Amino acid sequence: MIGKLVNFFGDKKYTAIRWRLLILSLIAIIIADFLVDRHEGHNFWDAIPGWGAVFGFISCVLIIFVSKFIGKKGGIMKQEDYYDRKHK
Amino acid sequence: MTESISEWSHPALLLILGGLILPLFKGIAQKAYSLLLPILIIFIMSQMKVGNFGEIDFAGISLVMFKVDKLSIVFGWVFAIMALIGNLYSLHINQTGEKVASSLYMGSAFMVLFAGDWFTLLVGWEIMAFASAYLIFAAREAPAIKAGFRYLMVHVTGGVLLLGGIVLHGLETGSYLFGPIEEAYQGGLAYNLILISFLLNAAVPPLNAWLTDAYPEATVTGAVFLSAFTTKTAVYVLIRTYPGAEILIVLGVFMALYGVVFAVLENDCRRLLGYHIVSQVGYMVAAVGIGTEMALNGSASHAFAHILYKGLLFMGAGAVIYMTGKRKLTELGGLYRTMPWTVALYMIGAFAISAFPFFSGFVSKSMVVAAAAGDHHAIAALLLMVASSGTFLHTGLKLPYYMFFGKDSGLRPKEPPINMLLAMGIAAFFCIGIGVFPTPLYNLLPYAVDFEPYTGVHITESLGILMFTLLAFVLLLKHLDPENTISLDTDWFYRRGAAIFMWLANNPVLRWEQQIITLADGFALNSLHRLSKYSLSIDIHLVDGAVNGVAKTAIKSGSLLRRLQTGVVSHYALAIVIGLFLIIAVYVLITKGMT
Repeated sequence: MIGKLVNFFGDKKYTAIRWRLLILSLIAIIIADFLVDRHEGHNFWDAIPGWGAVFGFISCVLIIFVSKFIGKKGGIMKQEDYYDRKHK
Repeated sequence: MTESISEWSHPALLLILGGLILPLFKGIAQKAYSLLLPILIIFIMSQMKVGNFGEIDFAGISLVMFKVDKLSIVFGWVFAIMALIGNLYSLHINQTGEKVASSLYMGSAFMVLFAGDWFTLLVGWEIMAFASAYLIFAAREAPAIKAGFRYLMVHVTGGVLLLGGIVLHGLETGSYLFGPIEEAYQGGLAYNLILISFLLNAAVPPLNAWLTDAYPEATVTGAVFLSAFTTKTAVYVLIRTYPGAEILIVLGVFMALYGVVFAVLENDCRRLLGYHIVSQVGYMVAAVGIGTEMALNGSASHAFAHILYKGLLFMGAGAVIYMTGKRKLTELGGLYRTMPWTVALYMIGAFAISAFPFFSGFVSKSMVVAAAAGDHHAIAALLLMVASSGTFLHTGLKLPYYMFFGKDSGLRPKEPPINMLLAMGIAAFFCIGIGVFPTPLYNLLPYAVDFEPYTGVHITESLGILMFTLLAFVLLLKHLDPENTISLDTDWFYRRGAAIFMWLANNPVLRWEQQIITLADGFALNSLHRLSKYSLSIDIHLVDGAVNGVAKTAIKSGSLLRRLQTGVVSHYALAIVIGLFLIIAVYVLITKGMT
């Protein structure tokens, strides 16, 4: 059973079904977020329906591009033999 | 259980002494014994009562070796569970030295945990550094040996800072009892020295690089122990000593994001996980800084959950390295076909660290974020939520995608040995169990819990953040392809920086020194020649000779000092090596003698 479940996420022939499942679950989460009782939250963002979705998406995009920018332009990423090369 | 029994049932005593006699057992007996020890510790934890045991008076200083309260019991429980998981995971290996080292390491972590005074804490702290270094050396490859020395160098430095802080603090207050630093002494030298040594072990940037440098070089089984104990004992002592220190909020939030940024760039699977230790410990450090009862509960419960899911993640990555011999994401991929159990168990840890509803991170991390928001640290709370998205992106998506799915590397490894899978299974059981039934963990926490993680808005909001992170991941996948690079971290300063410093010391500085001496020499001589008009020639020779002598002595002692300085460092390192070799030699002799 575990094998089949894991295979579902790996095998290319299920790509279309995986996409459909993802989009369905995203829609379900948005709908649920609009229906849920929002009086329990403490923060200003707890009052905004769809906040989590927007926040998560933007955070992820920012993390990828800001990190890559720092890594490439900030001189953080180096060749693997960086520390082995003799200093001139 | 009576008090007299409690004193002798100190988990540290059992693990350290128990670890030292481990080489007396062979084969199956040794394996059974290595499982029996942690089971005994778990039994002791179940019997443990709050109180002070093992109080002694040493040269007028009162020491408390075994102090038990609610906070140490929380950490004690998870250390005990992790000891069992770790020993089960390493059951198949026959390296006795490694097993002894991991037992000493866990024992010394318990020693810190139940230390009632600063000296007991220091002793535990130092044993922890050396025993854990052995788990890195035990990989026996050149990069591991080098990383092990860097690891030791950093921790020995931290230990010296801690010792200095403890002595100063003791002189200031007249007491060596371990506890929060009184308000009158806050901001002083002792306060800061101790804080720095704690932050170093908690891997707070810029003092984080020892972790991500050394953990990926450790043995497969060693890294599992390492991921659990050092940083979490640091969180524990921070909770004890520095609750409400506001700088910790800034540092904690910074490190939560720092780990995430570096994880994007990382290609080594265990180094990526190491950066997420830094990130996750950031939540705990920030919570200590907030310092409210809810925040400290959050810090302790997150440490509890973290040890188990991070252990599980390191076990998953370790299983892959053990079966394939490869550790770079660029060389892995497509393993899901032959390692479905490893994939499934790893993913449970990934869901737990990402704080999916009904997994352990959800009930602990949210307490930290809610404590931040409730204490008017809304920006800190928001930034921690950004880090949450990053956590799922890396440990839940990027790492498993490139390790288990993604492009087919052609590797078809089998599942790891059954004991490794079982150990992962126990950790996975706790990751789900704590998430579904958080009450037992909440009851264990030092303060009464007034927090309900499962509210509608919290569930939909968390799912929104996580699933839209997944959407962004799928859309931007090509930007995340791992690259064959390494990332410079603050270890640059003692790896490359030290080389540059040595070069500077050997070349320009030496030349300038010579020129300055020549100049001084010439100037002094000229002055003396002018003086000679009024002096006897014998005086001139005397003074001249003296000045020259001084200059020569200066040159000589200069180079002597240079040699001495480097000599001191290398002798220190040598002493460490000799000590380690002696330990290894003793075990080799004992174990060889037994066969």
